[in-house]
Amino acid sequence: MADTSVELFEPGHRACGGCGPALAARHILKGSGPDTIVVASTGCMEVFSTPYPESAWKVPWIHSLFENAAAVASGIEVALKKQGRKEHIVCICGDGATFDIGTMCISGAFERGHNITYVCYDNEAYMNTGIQRSGATPYDASTTTSPAGSASHGNRTQKKDMPAILAAHGAPYVATASIAYPNDIVKKVERAVNIPGACYIQIHAPCYTGWGFEGARTIDVAKLAIQTGLWVNYEMVDGDVEKVKKVKRKPVDEYLAEQKRFRHLFKPKRNDEEIAKIQAIADRNAANFGIDI
Amino acid sequence: MALRIGCAAPPGNSRNNKTGSWRVFKPIFNYEICTACGICQSLCPDACITLVNEQYTPDYAFCKGCGICANDCSTDAITMVLEEK
Amino acid sequence: MLQVLEGSIAVAEAVKVCKVDVISAYPITPQTHIVEKLAEMVAEGEIDSEYICVESEFSALSACLGASAAGSRVYSATSSQGLILMAEVCFNVAGMRQPVVMTIANRAMGAPLSIWNDQQDSLTLRDSGWIQVYAEDVQEVTDLHIIAYKVCEDHRVLLPAFVCFDGFVLSHTYEPVEIPDQGLVDKYLPAYNPYNMLDAKQPLSMGMYATPDYYHEFRYEHEMAMQRAAGVWREAGAEFAKIFSRDYSQAVEGYRLEDADIALVALGSVCGTIKDAIDEMRNDGLKVGLLKIRVYRPFPADDIKKALSGMKKVAVVEKNLSSGSRMLGIVGLEVKDAINDSSISVLSYVTGLGGRDIRKSDIRKIVNACNEGKGNMFSGLREEIL
Repeated sequence: MADTSVELFEPGHRACGGCGPALAARHILKGSGPDTIVVASTGCMEVFSTPYPESAWKVPWIHSLFENAAAVASGIEVALKKQGRKEHIVCICGDGATFDIGTMCISGAFERGHNITYVCYDNEAYMNTGIQRSGATPYDASTTTSPAGSASHGNRTQKKDMPAILAAHGAPYVATASIAYPNDIVKKVERAVNIPGACYIQIHAPCYTGWGFEGARTIDVAKLAIQTGLWVNYEMVDGDVEKVKKVKRKPVDEYLAEQKRFRHLFKPKRNDEEIAKIQAIADRNAANFGIDI
Repeated sequence: MALRIGCAAPPGNSRNNKTGSWRVFKPIFNYEICTACGICQSLCPDACITLVNEQYTPDYAFCKGCGICANDCSTDAITMVLEEK
Repeated sequence: MLQVLEGSIAVAEAVKVCKVDVISAYPITPQTHIVEKLAEMVAEGEIDSEYICVESEFSALSACLGASAAGSRVYSATSSQGLILMAEVCFNVAGMRQPVVMTIANRAMGAPLSIWNDQQDSLTLRDSGWIQVYAEDVQEVTDLHIIAYKVCEDHRVLLPAFVCFDGFVLSHTYEPVEIPDQGLVDKYLPAYNPYNMLDAKQPLSMGMYATPDYYHEFRYEHEMAMQRAAGVWREAGAEFAKIFSRDYSQAVEGYRLEDADIALVALGSVCGTIKDAIDEMRNDGLKVGLLKIRVYRPFPADDIKKALSGMKKVAVVEKNLSSGSRMLGIVGLEVKDAINDSSISVLSYVTGLGGRDIRKSDIRKIVNACNEGKGNMFSGLREEIL
């Protein structure tokens, strides 16, 4: 069992107060432990945690580029194997780095099956550059490059199913998690780093600055995503869904209405048609994963 | 301080950056209500709540005053009050 | 012992004696024979290296960066499009000061697509912060790899290097070559001793970002390392010469320059052709010589100035194009700047792009044009198809 009393992600970092990804980082490291090498992509977390010469990381940490963390991790893993070393290698990358610009490197690394754990902290847009849409941005979310307007409901596409894509690569372990349940993150990361091969964990990490809600409610918003079925926490082992968090589902309105990125769906009046489409996404999730209690 | 080749630095020295100065609201812990459940410690994005003499205690040198601890406290033992400067 | 080997195979043998820990490469013509040979050596257990079959050149160099940061000696090889796909990683490896050595089998850049040789690829990355050396023949490219590791890993340097040789012209040509003895190489090039590395026992954050308060100084430090590399190369080259009796310690090398009026300047295999052309022109009474640039980065400006100080005219043979520039070639501008003497005419001749053979007669034409004061132009154009 991981010793969760050890903090490997130090305070003094420059994340916004109430940052979901910062909270994720703490618990990822609790799960992987001190014998971990972290490979970061360019992004919010990289920037807020490592302005030279102040690093928040107490484990070895490396950042190269936006899109190559999985390839850098591949090299580290092979070097460690050659040297007979046993450290865990954990990529911690945002959704832009994972869903969009880094997919080639990730696909290569997962196909080769390096013994790495790739963790995506998913805050559903490019937050570091000012809230532009990514492949992880949900349907209808207003971002700075998918703004809602008189001729647009916001982001036109649905969230890409990265866990399924990586499971299809033959990943022995794929899981989703949420900062709403930190102990679950610890357990899943600990499990992943101890499974040989390339494992993937996607952590829902609300960004109150980018999504537009009050920072103190970061955990509540993360919980609502799960309670509405718009985010599902599950584990897949060798491609089969093993464990799913079940919920007594709430209507998606409760999750959407609180966030500025969905405000256009409620003002000047409730957009029944669009909200029904989002409800349908939640219903489909519920059917696919059997989350309803 | 000489530059470290490759833009590298020793671990964990973000502690040199005292983010407590960012704070607008300050969490005040009422230990008469607190049951030491540890939720606040677990949910702090800045890892600045630690167990001191069996009491969860915020480190005001780093606490940014986000209010997650107060919002999610299981017994409402934490109150956010306007910082006096 | 001399063996007749294809250039690419000789390079693979050089990598073998350098005892590289991790090889990561993606196939591209004309680099393929190198990495195929290395893969075969790994498969046959002839070398104790790990070989990563990556999905792109971009990942090839990224994996090298990771392995190097984890404390291993690494190697890659590429050409042309592959190198330019790596461009972003190239700057990064250099900035992170990882001593990666990479062979460049020089090839033209598309479009139009061309698999054949010129030096546009590596010269385009002139400013990426890598040491760049260019080989004239198979023996030289073999030896330069060993020296490159020695120089790159020196803690006074800690920079990566391109070891460039002309695609097909050298990569696919058989020449007699001596592969340096393993025992002697082991003495010359001890096991990799990293300056910084990822290690859970001694955690370190690598590749942090620098604010305007620091970035400028990091670039300055990088440049100082590049400047120091010139001296370290001379040292390492001299030590190599002592052990292996082949001397590459000088960044530039003159051929029949002492009494020349006209100097040709070139990089790579074309130097061989130029030397033959010079011998012929000398028989005709033309006082022509050659200055070969072996180490292109750090740029040996002082050596060039010294070597060319007595010339009347300098003709730079450019297997590249700096489109839109006054001299048209990348090298000429730097040579002119190094000489910095208005009494010496320095002109560039863009020639042999995309694998067009450069013959002795082409060199003669360049010398004639130079004599007439015509230059900074394409040479060897097929006027009939224009």
